[in-house]
Amino acid sequence: MLTMQGVSKSFLGVRVLHDVELDLERGEVHALVGENGAGKSTLMKILAGEHIPDTGTITIDGTAHTFTHPAQAQTAGIGIIHQEFALLPHRTVAENVFLGREPVRRGLVDRKAMERRTGELLAEIDETGITPRTLVRELSVARQQTVEIAKALASDVRVLVMDEPTAPLADHESELLAALVRRLAARGLGILYISHRLPEVFDLSRRITVLKDGRRVTTLRTAETTADEVVRGMVGRELTAYYPPRARPEEIGAERLTVTGGGNARIHDMNLTLRAGEVVGVAGLQGSGRTSLARALFGAAPFTTGRMTVGGTPLRPRRPRQAIRAGIALVTEDRKTEGLALHQSVRDNALLVTRAVSPRGGPPTGREITALLERVRLQARGEDQQALYLSGGNQQKVVIAKWLAARPQVLLFDEPTRGVDVGAKAAIHTLVRELAREGLAVLIISSELPELIGMSDRILVMSEGRLVGELPADAEEESIMRLATSGRRGGREEAA
Amino acid sequence: MTTATVTHHGKRVVRALGTGAPVYVLLAVLLAALAFTDPGFYEPDRFLSFVKRAAPLVILAAGQYLVIVCGEFDLSVGAIVTAGVVVAAELYGSFPGAPWLLVTALLLVAGGVAGLVSGLITTALRVPSFITTLGMMLILEGAVFFWTGGSPQGALPTAFRQLGRGAAFGWLPWAVIVCLVVGAAAVLLMRSDFGRTLVATGDSERAAALAGVRVARARIIAFVLSGAAAAIAAVLVGGFSGVSAQAGRGYEFEAITAVVLGGVVLGGGRGSVVAAMAGAFSLQALFTLLNLQGVSGALESTVQGCIVIAAVGLGAADWSRLRRRRTNPSGGQAS
Repeated sequence: MLTMQGVSKSFLGVRVLHDVELDLERGEVHALVGENGAGKSTLMKILAGEHIPDTGTITIDGTAHTFTHPAQAQTAGIGIIHQEFALLPHRTVAENVFLGREPVRRGLVDRKAMERRTGELLAEIDETGITPRTLVRELSVARQQTVEIAKALASDVRVLVMDEPTAPLADHESELLAALVRRLAARGLGILYISHRLPEVFDLSRRITVLKDGRRVTTLRTAETTADEVVRGMVGRELTAYYPPRARPEEIGAERLTVTGGGNARIHDMNLTLRAGEVVGVAGLQGSGRTSLARALFGAAPFTTGRMTVGGTPLRPRRPRQAIRAGIALVTEDRKTEGLALHQSVRDNALLVTRAVSPRGGPPTGREITALLERVRLQARGEDQQALYLSGGNQQKVVIAKWLAARPQVLLFDEPTRGVDVGAKAAIHTLVRELAREGLAVLIISSELPELIGMSDRILVMSEGRLVGELPADAEEESIMRLATSGRRGGREEAA
Repeated sequence: MTTATVTHHGKRVVRALGTGAPVYVLLAVLLAALAFTDPGFYEPDRFLSFVKRAAPLVILAAGQYLVIVCGEFDLSVGAIVTAGVVVAAELYGSFPGAPWLLVTALLLVAGGVAGLVSGLITTALRVPSFITTLGMMLILEGAVFFWTGGSPQGALPTAFRQLGRGAAFGWLPWAVIVCLVVGAAAVLLMRSDFGRTLVATGDSERAAALAGVRVARARIIAFVLSGAAAAIAAVLVGGFSGVSAQAGRGYEFEAITAVVLGGVVLGGGRGSVVAAMAGAFSLQALFTLLNLQGVSGALESTVQGCIVIAAVGLGAADWSRLRRRRTNPSGGQAS
């Protein structure tokens, strides 16, 4: 029914999709899996007309299409359920379902017809808990998702794309959704189902297409494959980059930070220990709670339960200042909005932390800052240059310098090399290992498994807001992915 | 060789104009124009009296700068000036012998408290400061009107008015000295750790907060200082124009205009306090020039409106795109 052939796409010279093929049959649920950044979302956006492919064709029921605008994809029968819903919260269900194509009678919106049709649509998908006149903001997330599906059905879709549909849902809601997906497929819709969660992928799909680094690795019949084979396809790549040598056992020293039973709204039952000289990696898919863990340790989104010690002293920081005082530093995932004051100079940025919280041993001198900027191998026109005009790698080096100025004991890195060029990446890796060797405790969160494996002395794996396993330094990507994709079902067993 | 030096120098000036604050050039042009229109302008006593007249606005601009650079607004400063003058007059009405220093100190504290209230409401209740300080302005204006019935009683004694209209050594107006002291204090403040974190807060609140900056506290202090600056301005204004229920009217917008004219970006994070004060001098020079040219004083606010829009508009324009279009005229047809 739907085929995509030879689809390629580059952004700013970086190829994110290479020659991807995909086909979808009537009544089929076709799962699309891959690591973060494998190209799933880009492929879907091309199908939805949100991105224009550089090359490649899309054929629906024998007709070739070139979408340059989402409306064209919609007309061709493609509906998308995004992770973020596109609903107007203060409007009724019916108004949302018919948004932009309201039935008109004598020049006015025919509310009666609109509400009747909406009622019929909801009945068709066996959704009895929603009335057409309910305001969307009064509905639960699961029900809002149903409204999105009804909205797609109202425009006569033949292909329905669902991007991580169960991510915001609770267990029983996910089961209801799975039932709905099956019913829709039984009615002859083709469904492209993107998910990180292998159990539900195996539960629902007829075929699975694996993407990796923008290429299609394989398309497998679900009945004839195993989770292991899929995971192998997702990660199978060579570890080529050079990483500095790991810590020798005698280099790992005292406990610098411990958490026992730490939890808050997003993460649960965290138990971990960071030691001087050791680099601990945290793996997990997007939304697994990795970032929440770092923010909790740093007091930015504090733990609400559990105990924590820093340098042997009990302290569960409630705000970043407390964490900073205790010697914790956090290099955030998003350096442009959370790491830097972009219009300030390199020097002002490097001094930001120590100006706000005066460090033990007094504020750093100008000479110390200069030495620090040299140490992180910053390449800038000068210390007066605005951070805005630095490359991503050099911006990250300024962020690291900012924290080193505060002389921390524990360094937390969330995606330390995202958006950083290869050279700066190597410099950052070397620096991190050097800092560990000097006795800092380091935690690294990364979506890039090779980086995580190359840098870490041991790896913690998170899934669904919980720590689901710990792996040794030379863990295989596959074993990490298997734990990370074990999904809610696996996670629940662990917790029980 | 001379030519080489000149071009090198020229390049540097051009670069400074492109990246720095065009306000200094504007100020120089205006001052030159003043000299041209009125040859007596640079006689020491006349120039000092110009600075004296500019002093309240310069001080208000310094205060307003602190608030704007951390991403907020303070519309209440004009009303604080009015309230300060009226309260001083009423105080002297009740306690004729009060020492001027005590009254001045009281006004400073009161101005700071008004800023504290605005700051607390803005940060704790997350009311946009535009609204908070607009409310504060209306509250103060109303209170002054209610209290005085529109015509304030009492007069300010000579001792109190000395700062506004007197002169040290018989020639150097106290207002000029106050202006210099406040200006120097503002420059030092902006070089301090507090000043730098305040700018960083305006630039990126999240980055600042995650670096341990107490962003709410920094903003509250900015409001307090702006209120106190308004109280200092009130003492000067009361000194040279006496008691009136309109003493500070319009000063809030003049101060904002001055700051914007100084190239300080609304929304925070960019611009220097020196440029903001230069903006205040420029505005005062412009008003003086218009006055000398016989332009009606009634048009002052019209001129001011044009300046605000022009300054923000020019600051926001994407010059690089304009330049590209100029070098590549076919570029426009593509879209």
